[in-house]
Amino acid sequence: MKRVGVLALQGDFEAHSLALARAGAEPVLARTAADLANLDGLVIPGGESSTMLKLLELENLFEPLAGFGRLRPIFGTCAGAILLATDVTHPSQPSLGLMNMSVERNGYGRQIDSRVAHIEPAPEFEQRTHSGELEAVFIRAPIIRRVGPDAHVLASYQGDPVLVEQGRHLVATFHPELGSDSRVHDLFLSKL
Amino acid sequence: MYLDDTFRVKVGLAEMLKGGVIMDVTNADQALIAEKAGAAAVMALERVPADIRKEGGVARMAPISKIREIMHTVSIPVMAKARIGHFMEARILEALGVDYVDESEVLTPADEEHHIDKRTFKVPFVCGARNLGEALRRIAEGAAMIRTKGEAGSGNIVEAVRHMRTIQKEMKQLTVLGKEELVAESKKLQAPLELVEDVAQHGKLPVPNFSAGGIATPADAALVMQLGAEAVFVGSGIFKSDDPEARARAIVKAATYFNDPQKLLEASEELGIGMHGIDVSKLQESELLQTRGW
Repeated sequence: MKRVGVLALQGDFEAHSLALARAGAEPVLARTAADLANLDGLVIPGGESSTMLKLLELENLFEPLAGFGRLRPIFGTCAGAILLATDVTHPSQPSLGLMNMSVERNGYGRQIDSRVAHIEPAPEFEQRTHSGELEAVFIRAPIIRRVGPDAHVLASYQGDPVLVEQGRHLVATFHPELGSDSRVHDLFLSKL
Repeated sequence: MYLDDTFRVKVGLAEMLKGGVIMDVTNADQALIAEKAGAAAVMALERVPADIRKEGGVARMAPISKIREIMHTVSIPVMAKARIGHFMEARILEALGVDYVDESEVLTPADEEHHIDKRTFKVPFVCGARNLGEALRRIAEGAAMIRTKGEAGSGNIVEAVRHMRTIQKEMKQLTVLGKEELVAESKKLQAPLELVEDVAQHGKLPVPNFSAGGIATPADAALVMQLGAEAVFVGSGIFKSDDPEARARAIVKAATYFNDPQKLLEASEELGIGMHGIDVSKLQESELLQTRGW
């Protein structure tokens, strides 16, 4: 069984742990650099990216996390996607820079603009998991404004990429952990 | 449970706030300090509870210009308080676009019999509770997040502890009851059977359960997290102390590392004396905020 860390500084790490367990992995809450040892992969959950960033700085976790990402897969949702990007706007803030993309925070607006959407994933996503529309829960979600040339856009919403794979990493601007469809977590586990 | 998409999105934001600290602020400068310290959200209000307690008068929704200024200043979610039952204050906050409304006992109640029908709103609500029945009544009305009431503005954790322990104990008790016993319990709790059954099945509330009311130190935050709170609200505790920035940072750290005494020691190390605080048992019944709402 794959041991998958869930960065548990702040956010919906509990929902991700449950989703990983449902998908057949062993979730491990990670709060220190030592917790990153012996993990097959890591999830950076949704939450407030500015809060996570503050704790990464205060606890000297920035470098250990970037180092982990140079060796092992990371799956970031929402705030996690923001932390993995190379560029963050609205407002700009530091990030791990593990995925070549630009992300705009709160791209759709405030909570009143949060929504559940049903989207058609890219054929590649359906081939690698199984077919069917994807439920996307957007909570004060960011928008991916640019992806690098080697990115695979696995799903889009209103013309913007919302599920993107690049090399070993995967990001979603929505929250597959808040639904019952386990295909996105399955896809991540297949990469470990 | 109303598991329609609107409600899921409301609960979703509460999920995102878990492990975080929501800080009371009265202006944009304080909001910025809170954000820089790592707050997961801020709560905009006219006066912090300790000042409401001291100055008296009618405590209302914060001035719109202040809330708007705070919303423009920080990128984290902004919540604001509305009076219990004052559904028009709530409508105005919804139109303004705040991220959460706290139907709060800290403000002067506008209605002594009815809470806001929160199901009719698109903006999510958090409500205070002292026990399971009160929590479930609020959820039935549409609250997407529950927090203990504690005793706001007291700097004294004893009431938040009492409320969290009560809710946890009452939930545990439900898990061992049979179907017909739950029907009787639902009457006793004055809460819908459907919600009582949901708690009996899962052993927890169907929405996130946070703590508020009297949290003044990193140790206080860790204590309520140990008792089952999934995040904490800090009201007067930060900006009524003489070291707001350091204290805000320390409480953020404590909410994450509530299980790690070494980290809690580090968080507590640089802090001076917290807010003065009040012995809640010396307060008159009429001075208590927690008895507002039912």
